[in-house]
Amino acid sequence: MGEEGRPRKLTIIAWSGDMDKVYPVLILATVAAASGWEVVVFVTFWGLFAFKRNDRWITGKDWMTKMLSLMFRGGSEHLGLTRLNMAGMGPWMMKKVFAKNQIPPLRELIETAVEMGVKIMPCQMTMDALGIKREDLIDGLGESAGAAAALEEAATSDVTLFI
Amino acid sequence: MADQLLDVKGLKCPMPIIKAKKAIETLQVGQVLEVVATDPGSMADFKAWTKNTGHELLLAEERDGVFRYQIRKMR
Repeated sequence: MGEEGRPRKLTIIAWSGDMDKVYPVLILATVAAASGWEVVVFVTFWGLFAFKRNDRWITGKDWMTKMLSLMFRGGSEHLGLTRLNMAGMGPWMMKKVFAKNQIPPLRELIETAVEMGVKIMPCQMTMDALGIKREDLIDGLGESAGAAAALEEAATSDVTLFI
Repeated sequence: MADQLLDVKGLKCPMPIIKAKKAIETLQVGQVLEVVATDPGSMADFKAWTKNTGHELLLAEERDGVFRYQIRKMR
């Protein structure tokens, strides 16, 4: 319990689209939800790409945004690493190591987060700028919003993280 | 005597906590969930989780690398 008997609240501004940063976002979010906390994850910039559908590659509204999505397709199964990415070798090895250690894939952790009531808010500005439509994103996300809404969530939280 | 046994041996953070949360949801208030784990981090995690959720940690012990927790559902 937090102050005044209300449940504690965690807000994460999830900016990174790197696998090794999206993992802690999902682990912290799911454990907080499992602890009875209210959890909000505001997904913005590269972070939004982690919540793109895995079967959606080319997105965008013109050749430049389409080109960007070609170079970074997003989707929780297609993310790179901040270190030792080595053209996809690093993530491939990391996924193998994680599976061997019974650490669930990101896709499963996202499903668990949604199922546990974690509110995932896509950044409308990122969606507009990069031409990412609602149907390009996975199911189960909350309503899209902007910085004011993200700040309001942060201001009413006990813990706020930027990852 | 526990009302339900949850075996999370081999699983690592965050799964023992996630599974414990799901398991405790199926119990009545006052019933006891027993968790067996092998994750050494689970000792600190179950202490924090019970403190956070208000459930009572009746037992937290380690024997030969196996951790055993008994948690009474409080609400």
